[in-house]
Amino acid sequence: MKITKLSDFFVTGDPLIYGADVAIGLTMVAIVVALTAFKRWGWLWREWLTTVDHKRIGIMYVIASLLMLFRGGVDALLMRTQLALPDSMEFLKPDHYNDIFTTHGVIMILFMAMPLMFGLFNLTVPLQIGARDVAFPLLNSLSFWLFFMGAMLFNVSFVIGGSPEAGWLAYPPLSEKMFSPGVGQDFYIWGIQISGIGSLMTGINFIVTILKMRAPGMKLMKMPMFTWSVLSSCLTIILAFPILTVTLALLFIDRYFGAHFFTLDMGGNPMMYINLIWMWGHPEVYIVVLPAFGIFSEIVATFSKKRLFGYGSMVFALMSISIFSFFTWAHHFFTMGSGANVNAFFAVTTMIIAIPTGVKVFNWLFTMYKGKITFELPMLWTMAFIPCFVVGGMTGVMLSVAPADFQFHNSYFLIAHFHQVLIGGVVFGYFAGLYYWWPKVFGFKLNDKLGKWAFWLWNIGFYVCFMPQYVLGLMGMTRRVSSYSWDTGWWSWNFVSTIGGFLMGIGFLFQVWQILHSIKFMERVKGDPWGGRTLEWSIPSPAPFYNFAITPKVEGRDDWWRRKELAAKGVQDPPPKYEPIHMPKNSGTPIVMSLFWFILGFGFVFDWLWLIVPGAIGIAATMLYHSFNYDTDYYVTVDEIKKTEAKAGRVV
Amino acid sequence: MKYKGWFLRAAAFLPLALMTFLLSGCADVVVLDPKGEIGKHQLDLIYITTGLCLIIIVPVLILTFWIAWKYRAKSKKKEAYQPEWDHSTKLETIWWGIPILIILLIAIVTVQYSYKLEPSKAIASDNKPITIQVVALDWKWLFLYPEQGIATVNYVQFPEKVPVQFQLTADAPMNSFWIPQLGGQIYTMSGMAMKLHLIADEPGDYFGTGANFSGEYFGKMTFNAKATSQADFDKWVQDVKQSYPAMSQDGYNELAQPETSLVRSFSAFPNGLFDNIVNKYVVDGSGHHHGGGEAAPLKDSAAASGQAANGEPDMSGMDMSDTDVSGAAHQH
Repeated sequence: MKITKLSDFFVTGDPLIYGADVAIGLTMVAIVVALTAFKRWGWLWREWLTTVDHKRIGIMYVIASLLMLFRGGVDALLMRTQLALPDSMEFLKPDHYNDIFTTHGVIMILFMAMPLMFGLFNLTVPLQIGARDVAFPLLNSLSFWLFFMGAMLFNVSFVIGGSPEAGWLAYPPLSEKMFSPGVGQDFYIWGIQISGIGSLMTGINFIVTILKMRAPGMKLMKMPMFTWSVLSSCLTIILAFPILTVTLALLFIDRYFGAHFFTLDMGGNPMMYINLIWMWGHPEVYIVVLPAFGIFSEIVATFSKKRLFGYGSMVFALMSISIFSFFTWAHHFFTMGSGANVNAFFAVTTMIIAIPTGVKVFNWLFTMYKGKITFELPMLWTMAFIPCFVVGGMTGVMLSVAPADFQFHNSYFLIAHFHQVLIGGVVFGYFAGLYYWWPKVFGFKLNDKLGKWAFWLWNIGFYVCFMPQYVLGLMGMTRRVSSYSWDTGWWSWNFVSTIGGFLMGIGFLFQVWQILHSIKFMERVKGDPWGGRTLEWSIPSPAPFYNFAITPKVEGRDDWWRRKELAAKGVQDPPPKYEPIHMPKNSGTPIVMSLFWFILGFGFVFDWLWLIVPGAIGIAATMLYHSFNYDTDYYVTVDEIKKTEAKAGRVV
Repeated sequence: MKYKGWFLRAAAFLPLALMTFLLSGCADVVVLDPKGEIGKHQLDLIYITTGLCLIIIVPVLILTFWIAWKYRAKSKKKEAYQPEWDHSTKLETIWWGIPILIILLIAIVTVQYSYKLEPSKAIASDNKPITIQVVALDWKWLFLYPEQGIATVNYVQFPEKVPVQFQLTADAPMNSFWIPQLGGQIYTMSGMAMKLHLIADEPGDYFGTGANFSGEYFGKMTFNAKATSQADFDKWVQDVKQSYPAMSQDGYNELAQPETSLVRSFSAFPNGLFDNIVNKYVVDGSGHHHGGGEAAPLKDSAAASGQAANGEPDMSGMDMSDTDVSGAAHQH
């Protein structure tokens, strides 16, 4: 793209964006100043940016995704504010509103839910299966940095070039050059492509980790349920994400080389894109919700002080959901007119998924049955999840009834449904997981009182926000409209919904306050603050960088619980006999290579060959450099292990 | 105590106030207030499936709170604590079985209704159906009346109790055509002639809207769908014919420009306009065909109004007999 004046490059004209420009600039300056003043550049590089430690990568994922939650949340509140003003009152102009719902959707799914999920994978899975790290630590770091650079590339469009505005799935022909000539759509394609490579590699990484690196004795059917859910989610990732990559690559070829895969004219077929994108898109929602099911399974068992009920059923349910998720995609467009045969087929496959999902709810309930339940924060979020998800699941079955869907499709009924399952299922689940594993990751608990404030604000806010949207859908309000007239009767419901949105926003602020407050008044905990059942609770909090000083020998499900029971009976562990531990070395390759991906992506967005070429060369060069780098690992000496263990208060 | 009394009164008052506030707009829950056969059937279906779901949802919700309450650690009554109890074939069979049964019932109902309410299927009626062609433009709706020879923008009128066959296409990004009180929506897609059959059982002004995002002013794509008596409809047609200008091809091209539009009427429109719009995006020999059998590009104008109106739908989804598919494999 030829840049002739500044406003071709920077987004101009909107005071909201100028404000954001200033805020972004000031924040960046503040970060640079702080790092320089405290002489932290070296520390940042050595300890974080180049780390291959899954725990630190996990923390970086969580931080990045919470930042994205903030951005996506602000987007949401801007939209809700606009919708509380009927009759052409323009807080946001239509094109700005279109920008915002597009970025809200993309960010919340791809740059918030996905990385938060990967963060939890990283923080938990190796510890749960008794491993020292993931199977491919460097690849893990590369996955993170590709996600990060992809997310940044996407977010840059906010101030440079302009945001995409064709909806979060960018249906053509609207997303084609003919109707979206700006660079926003290219930022969308490249941001998602680059982070998508990372997602795919994470999927592979965790499948191999789970299949190959479990502690001796941990048969598949002895794995913790969260690990099972990660396995099912990752299997879905490696089957689904290539579809996304190819689909967006075809869209890119259309836009960049003028091909006609999905264009309006010249024999292009936009419906093909809609099919393809949902072949990824539907499994994608199961990719993010399956690990949440795993988290709830761990939490329910821990806080009921009882074994998980129906383990075999749970595994079967997880796996059948991940398979069936590939056979339901057309329920996203029953209204395309594919005929009764097609619609009936996809309606039935969609409903079938409700069966294993419902069974899981029963299993959680009967895990609690005859238990001793305490309601700490992780359990509170789980208790909020069950009714919310059950009702969301019910509206999902209602939507799956194809002929009825003709009346629900693209209305606020649909919006309310998927927010209910994505917030009630995924967000509540990941929050529960964060509260649950936080002490393991950082060695201190989060403040309970502030956490409860956040919990109630989120929960009340949720229902106040989304229940009215079901009604709005039945009143004929469609998604993505930025204004409506008084005589529609939508205003009062929208107004209430907006209040709910802001309640959730305040809930989020309470969580930020909770974290800061808990850092300040640090309430240190030992290795096992919740009375846990699985291996991650058998080691100190935070876990030493090598995780397990001695690889545990697993004899049963909930092995840590079993060992605690033996210890209570007076059976002593034999004194530890340490051996040197083989560990991967930190590496700058991932972040440097990802930076070149960013440059390449940015070059393609603006069609600047002078950026594309160095980006591509840089990627190839870092890859080549790494191929000839044999200095990638080292051994932790027995001395150092003893020192570290002693420091964590362990018997040496 | 005094504080508590105040609190309770406020707690009771607030929901009441809220309900009054919200119910003030409740007359407009259009999906639950259908005025046409299709919408009524769809509402029946919504009620049936909701009811079936509730059979399982309500007990689960009650069970959730009951179990959580009964087995809380703080409970004064000591309940049986069985930390090792983690399997019961009998119980698990029950809760695999019940959802399977319920879903089976919903699935049977859904499949039946899928055929019954297939949008391309003509509605049985004593009255001869009327055909209205609909073109989704950026950002307005164009309605063509091939039998009456008139055209309107952002306004559609038809007689009550007469089946309306909407033929739908787009000369812009995909949209979706929805009149909630008459029945569900169907996508409007370029290069396609989709069919949607609706009927109004009584006269009235019904809210219509585009339901699929199509760009900047998508939100302005609402329209009024008015059902009147046959006599009023005929009078309206005469009125439009006499008082409004004709639309030329240039006039259409101008109308198709990406802009919003007020309500407009035209006494005539170019011959074969709808077919031309549909065929505009079809390349010879490379037509992309859609599964429904109703949604194929039209090559000869006979297919547009004549053939399509007699409507027994073809459920095989493979019938391309009335379209020119030379050299084009059936693509899915």
